[in-house]
Amino acid sequence: MKGRDLTELAFRNLREAMLRNSLTTLGVAVGVASLVAMLSLGVGLQTLASQRLNKSGLFDSVFVSSKRGMRFMGGDGPRPTVKKSAKPEDTKLLDETSRQEIGKLPNVTEVYPQIRFLTEVGFNGATYSTNVLGLPDSSRNTGTFDGITGKAFSSPTADEAILQSEFAKELSPQPATLVGKELTLRYAQRHEASSADVANEKDIDKQMDEMMSGGITIVSREKKLRVAGIIDTDPSAGMGGGGRVFIPLRVAEDLHVAQPNDVQEFVHAGGSGKPVYLQLTVRVKSPKDVLKVEETIKKMGFNTFSLLDATRNLRLIFTVFDLFLGLFGSLALTVASLGIVNTLVMAILERRREIGVLKALGATDRDVRSLFFAEAGAMGLLGGISGVALGWLIGAALTWGTTMYLRRQDLPGVKISYVPWWLAAGAIVFAIVVSLLAGLYPAGRAARLNPVEALRYE
Amino acid sequence: MPSNQSPGQAFDRPLIQAQNVSRQYRLGEAVISAVNDVSLEIRAGEFLALLGSSGSGKSTFLNLLAGLDRATSGAIHVRGRNLAAIDSTELARYRRDTVGMVFQSFNLLPRMTLEENVELPLRLAEVDRADREVRVAAALEHVGLGGRRRHRPSELSGGEQQRGALARALVNRPAILFADEPTGNLDSVNGEQILLLLREIQSTLGMTIIMVTHERPLAERFANRIVVLSDGRLVSDTFRRAEAQRLQSGEQASEAFGPNT
Repeated sequence: MKGRDLTELAFRNLREAMLRNSLTTLGVAVGVASLVAMLSLGVGLQTLASQRLNKSGLFDSVFVSSKRGMRFMGGDGPRPTVKKSAKPEDTKLLDETSRQEIGKLPNVTEVYPQIRFLTEVGFNGATYSTNVLGLPDSSRNTGTFDGITGKAFSSPTADEAILQSEFAKELSPQPATLVGKELTLRYAQRHEASSADVANEKDIDKQMDEMMSGGITIVSREKKLRVAGIIDTDPSAGMGGGGRVFIPLRVAEDLHVAQPNDVQEFVHAGGSGKPVYLQLTVRVKSPKDVLKVEETIKKMGFNTFSLLDATRNLRLIFTVFDLFLGLFGSLALTVASLGIVNTLVMAILERRREIGVLKALGATDRDVRSLFFAEAGAMGLLGGISGVALGWLIGAALTWGTTMYLRRQDLPGVKISYVPWWLAAGAIVFAIVVSLLAGLYPAGRAARLNPVEALRYE
Repeated sequence: MPSNQSPGQAFDRPLIQAQNVSRQYRLGEAVISAVNDVSLEIRAGEFLALLGSSGSGKSTFLNLLAGLDRATSGAIHVRGRNLAAIDSTELARYRRDTVGMVFQSFNLLPRMTLEENVELPLRLAEVDRADREVRVAAALEHVGLGGRRRHRPSELSGGEQQRGALARALVNRPAILFADEPTGNLDSVNGEQILLLLREIQSTLGMTIIMVTHERPLAERFANRIVVLSDGRLVSDTFRRAEAQRLQSGEQASEAFGPNT
C-alpha cells in the first residue's frame, strides 16, 4: 500500500473508534504534557537562576588585578591569588592602556573598575553619609533595574542617581516622590596636578618638587544629581554589596574621587599621577567564554580570578535536576505507551475480522503491520502535539500561580516555566517514537494473523 | 485467463490444478483431516459448485484454492504456479491480483462506506487515484448499487451488501471468483439475484467461478459442474452438459469484452 493510502486509512480508523482512540491519545498527551511541564520547569528555573546569577555579574566576569597589587578592593569580594615571587620589574601596570587592550579581546563586552566610595549626600538641607557605587553600562541588560520605581539611567553619562529603597525611605517617608528631585553629592576629588597648576604655584620649592614628580591634590567638590529611580534589589550583590546610591560608572570615574589607597597607588605608578587600577572587572559575553578570556589575560601578565568552578557545579546540579524531572515525565509517558499497547491489542481482537478481510483482499503481512504501525504513529503524533500544548499550558499556569503568589508577597513575578522549541519538537518526536515502539508488538501480531481464522472470528 | 483464446483451447489447459491436496488440523492430540487427498482440475470459464454438508471440508478446500490457507500436503497449481511453493507475500499478491472473494457474511468493513470498501483492493494494488474512482464507479454500477456509494454497510440490506461485496471482488478484474456460501445469509429472492449476477459475470466476462454451497438445487440451477465433498474427500464430480452448452455461448460472448486480467 502507498504511504498516503496508509496514512488515510490509519487516521480514518482512529476517527472511527473515536472514544477509545481519543482516550488513548489523551493518555499519550498527558504523558507528553507531564514530560514537557517537568522539563519546562527545569529549563525555566535554570534560566531564572542563571539570569539572577548573571545579574550578580559573578559568572560572566573575570576579575583582573595587577601582580603588583597588594590589596583587593571591596572587603568581602573574591580575592585574587598573588604570586609573591612577582617582581615589580616584570609585571605590568593595570592602567588605561591595559584596560583598552583587554577591552579589545574577543568576547569581552565591558571592562570597568569598581568604584565605590563613602560620601555625603545632601538632600533637603540634611546630610546623609552613605556608600556610592558606580554601575557599569551593562547593568541595563542584566535585569538589574527590574521592578524599578521611576527609570533607569537615561544615558551612561547622565548626572543621575538611583537610590536603594531603604536609603530612599531615610530621605523621605514617601520614597516615590523622590524621583526627579535633586540631591547633592559631596566628595573629595583627587586632583592631578597639571603643568598649569604647577606654573600657578607661587612657592618655587613646591613648584620644583611637583615638576619633577607630578603630584596629586585632594579637593572638596560637590555634584548635583537627579534621582532617576528607586530599586528594591541591590545590584551590587555578590560583588561586595553595600551600595545605597548608584550612579553611572562613567560619571563615577569622571568624579576622580579620592580613595584611601590613592597614596599607595601613586607610589606604585611611579609618581606619574596617571590612573592605575587596583582591579578591573571584565564582563564576557557568556559564562562559557570566561575560561578563554581568563587565559588570555593571564598571558598578558595579570592576575585573574573567576567563579567558573562555581558555575560548573551549578550546571551539574541543574543537569541532575533536569534528569530527574525528565525521568518523572518519562514515567508518565511509559504508562501512556502501555495505554497504546493496550488499545492496539484490543483493536486487533476487535478488528480480527477486518484484518482477515484485508488479507483476503490481498493485503500482505507488511500492509497490515504498516497500517497498525501508522495508527500507533498517528496516535503518537496527535498525542505529542496536544501534549506539548497541554504541557505548555500547565507551565503557564504554574508561572501564573507563582507570580500571583509572589505578587501577594510583594515580590516581582518570575517566569518559572519555559518551553524552548527544542523541547517542543523533541517531545513530539519522542511521543511518536514511543508510540511506534508500543505499536511494534500489536502490529506484528496483527500481521501474523491467519486470514482463515481471522475471518471465522465473529 | 486469456479469453481471446478459442473456447476449445481454454478448456484444454486447466486454470487450476489441485493434486492430492490434504489439509490437516491438530486439535490437541487429535489430527483432523479437513481435506483428504483431493485432486481436481478446473478450466477457465467454469462455474463450479463445491457441494457438501457442513464439515465436509468444502470451505477449507476453497480457502486452499483461494490462497488464504496452505495445504498440509499436495500441490495447487494456478496458471502453472504452485501456491505451496510461494512465500506469504507472493500468496497475498495472488489473492490481490488473481482472486476475488465473496463470503457468506458479506464482510464489508463496517467503518467504511460502500465506495471505500470497493476501493480497498485498488488501494492495496496501488492503483492511481483517478483510475480508482472510475473503476469503483463502474463496479458499483455493474451490481446496480450506483446510487448507494456513500452508504455504510449497516445502511444496506443483505442483498445490497452482498452485491457490494461482489463489486469489491470484481473491481480488481480477477481471473477467478471464489464465493463461500454467497447466499447463506440471504432470503431466496436476494439469493437468486446474487446467483444470476454471478452467472452473468461468468458468461459476459468469462470469469471462472468457484462457489461453495450446501444447497443442491441452487448448485444444479446455476453451476455447470458440481463437485461433491464428504468428510474431506471428493465423492463425485459431475459436468452438466446442458450448462456446458450455455457456457460455450457465454465464452463466445466474452470475446467482445477483451482480456479481463
